[in-house]
Amino acid sequence: MPTPTEHGRSDPETTTLAHSRDGRPVSDRGDTVCVIGAGASGLTAIKNLTEHGFGVDCYERETGVGGAWNWRHDRSPVYASTHLISSRPFTQFPDFPMPDDWPDYPHHSRLLSYFERYADHFDLRRHIWFGTEVVRVEPVGDDRWDVTTRSTGGYGPERTSRYAAVLIANGHNWSPKLPRYEGLEQFRGEVMHASSYKDPAQLRGKRVLVVGAGNTGCDIAVEAAQQASRCWHSTRRGYWYAPKYMLGRPADQVNDTLLALRVPLRVRQWLYHRMLRLAVGDLTRFGLPEPDHRVYETHPIANSQLVYYLGHGAITPVPDVAGFQPHSVELTDGRRIDPELVVFATGYLPRFEFLDAKILGDDEGVGRPRLWLNAFVPDHPTLAVAGLLQPDSGLFPLAHWQAVLFARLLRLRATRPERAAAFAARVRSGAGERYSGPVKDSTRHWFEVGHVDYLRALQRALHDLEGTK
Amino acid sequence: MNGERVRVVRGWEWARPVRPVRREVLSVLPELEEGQPPLLFVPGFGHGAWAYAEHWLGHTAARGFPAYAVSLRGHGGSEPAPEATLRAYAHDVVQVAAGLPRQAVLVGHGAGALVVAHALARYPARAAVLVAPVLGGWATFGAALRRNPLGTLPAVFGGGLRLSRRQLFSRETADADARRHAARLGRAARRAQWQLLTGADPEPAVGRPPVLVLGSPDDRVVPASALTRAARRYGSAPLLFPGMGHDLMLDARWREPIDAILDWLVKDPTRGEAP
Ligand SMILES: Cc1cc2nc3c(=O)[nH]c(=O)nc-3n(C[C@H](O)[C@H](O)[C@H](O)COP(=O)(O)OP(=O)(O)OC[C@H]3O[C@@H](n4cnc5c(N)ncnc54)[C@H](O)[C@@H]3O)c2cc1C
Ligand SMILES: NC(=O)c1ccc[n+]([C@@H]2O[C@H](COP(=O)([O-])OP(=O)(O)OC[C@H]3O[C@@H](n4cnc5c(N)ncnc54)[C@H](OP(=O)(O)O)[C@@H]3O)[C@@H](O)[C@H]2O)c1
Repeated sequence: MPTPTEHGRSDPETTTLAHSRDGRPVSDRGDTVCVIGAGASGLTAIKNLTEHGFGVDCYERETGVGGAWNWRHDRSPVYASTHLISSRPFTQFPDFPMPDDWPDYPHHSRLLSYFERYADHFDLRRHIWFGTEVVRVEPVGDDRWDVTTRSTGGYGPERTSRYAAVLIANGHNWSPKLPRYEGLEQFRGEVMHASSYKDPAQLRGKRVLVVGAGNTGCDIAVEAAQQASRCWHSTRRGYWYAPKYMLGRPADQVNDTLLALRVPLRVRQWLYHRMLRLAVGDLTRFGLPEPDHRVYETHPIANSQLVYYLGHGAITPVPDVAGFQPHSVELTDGRRIDPELVVFATGYLPRFEFLDAKILGDDEGVGRPRLWLNAFVPDHPTLAVAGLLQPDSGLFPLAHWQAVLFARLLRLRATRPERAAAFAARVRSGAGERYSGPVKDSTRHWFEVGHVDYLRALQRALHDLEGTK
Repeated sequence: MNGERVRVVRGWEWARPVRPVRREVLSVLPELEEGQPPLLFVPGFGHGAWAYAEHWLGHTAARGFPAYAVSLRGHGGSEPAPEATLRAYAHDVVQVAAGLPRQAVLVGHGAGALVVAHALARYPARAAVLVAPVLGGWATFGAALRRNPLGTLPAVFGGGLRLSRRQLFSRETADADARRHAARLGRAARRAQWQLLTGADPEPAVGRPPVLVLGSPDDRVVPASALTRAARRYGSAPLLFPGMGHDLMLDARWREPIDAILDWLVKDPTRGEAP
């Protein structure tokens, strides 16, 4: 039996007893919708589904809300210094703003308090089973789903409940993506993935190599510049290191001013290149490679400090890692360096172990579902994924609107089945669609979305669904 | 308000956030937490949170509901904001509402009702109450002009909108009280005043909250026909309190409308119908 924590929900009243395919008893939860995960995406799903009149059971394997932003959680990827990279207006839920006296880029502890207040304000905790992990989700005909759970950690019996719909909001920044290298096992130094990096004390006084220049890699390199005795930063390409402020305002607000004016991408790229040239100049003089792409064609890096520390010689840029020896690391330009600690900030992989990968159209099982609007599943109208996006901006408004669209779809399935059917056809024909300008072909960019492109497409879907053209 | 389009892409709102200001919030809390939703009272143009502090906040709390009132920027004890727009006022309301511990009921009076209608599109209120609502447009202006040409006309040219004591308070309100309240009146920002006439209609309310409209047929700012029109917009009929002035919360008979509001909330009205 799962044990709901103090603030969590109590035992769901079981209605009629059914049986699963292999004969286990199943408690039928009727029209209730199941939400997997109580991070930001799961919370907004509960809020919007209940607002549309649905009963909701949410399962969360941790003991609190906030997902990635709850640093107490084992799998939280945030480190002590994490601050938002998207400024407040792009990051807050569209109907529950953060306090306007908060800074432009709040600290992760504020984000957690924001999600906790959201949960309390809308009384969401009564829908959540904490310490309960979803281990299986199976279709059972009639577009209904059997969801099997057990206590986190694996003890206690499994328990299966049947739901009218399932929304998966399990996050995609908790399972480390670790590259393989020749000789890594023989390396005598310390090796870690960025997910275990929590505090700058871990770097203090060491010779540190940071691999990867996503936002995580850049943040850690900056901390190593201040704490470590030496910092090498290895990247396999050149990037546009964008400052958090431009023209006296948060940089994303400047960019969206241009977007609101419908300035074409090429012109925005040209302007941005010009502005970066003026502000920080040519970065190749620090030994960085020239970017192999235009700005906006890789997931944006928002970091004002990296260039600053390069200019102070506190970060040494180096190319990709070729392989490891017991006491050194070989780089692709033939150089050898001798770090004591290697931090792989090489990103994360989405995982859906509780579900047959084919259901999400991920036939090879590599964690790349084929969906429409990155959320809706062909031929499974009552299943959706929230938050499976890598936006060039804040994620939470996008997850909010995904939940709203799913809630309205579920409601219309009952009242206007012909509209729901048209939607299903759209899901089938549109699966795999992309919502960004051209992006560099890299392992992390398959779900990169431009927030305006994406929200425009979602808005269109909402209006089509509701017939409000 | 079926069939209205939700606006998802809000480029200007993201790119140009409203300037933060210090806001005055007055509150009276019940002695015992009884699980009732908080009420957030929003004053009309020229009024501040003080207008509710006079009677309604205390009475609401005495009946078990946490009661809050905000002064819109440039009003009451909030920071001056001569450049404020309707959007900035709605922002003030949403900021305070989202800062309350529980999902709030929004109560707007006069032009504060229009501010609430805009706020409802950016915050899923549990319910909303529009008291003697001035929902804008030229019809409002026409009515005001007919009753008080000298106080109203300058507003069009950027001057202050001055409402006379006799428009705001019924004859039953003691003269001394009426004079005291009238002396506290300020004025809304020029742009907001202009938007009251020409601004866009509010976007659809988030989560379709139940909406109650009430007022007085003898209100000398908002005619009975405007009450009916406002109520119809939200699919109901107005509750009427004959013999009262526009400022129902400061009237000699202030108790009747606030009791009606709280009775309505106790009955726990349900959300609007699905499309
Ligand atoms: C260092 C860092 C900084 C970031 N900064 C930003 C930023 O500035 N702006 C931004 O928009 N995004 C940022 N992100 C992206 C981040 O992923 C999102 O902000 C956000 O956390 C996603 O929320 P989510 O609810 O989708 O996923 P999560 O926060 O990961 O939540 C998923 C929840 O599901 C639970 N769960 C998973 N599997 C199961 C299961 N089988 N059973 C039960 N429960 C389960 C997990 O315990 C977790 O609580 C950042 C990411 C990192 C790593
Ligand atoms: N708020 C914040 O401060 C903050 C901080 C950190 C992260 N985040 C967010 O969290 C998410 C994850 O970010 P992340 O930085 O952890 O991961 P990420 O964005 O996936 O970046 C991974 C980096 O590692 C490189 N890389 C990947 N595999 C590699 C390999 N095999 N060999 C060499 N290099 C490799 C990538 O290079 P390529 O360019 O070739 O792909 C990229 O530079 C992002 O959405 C990010 O914006 C936000």
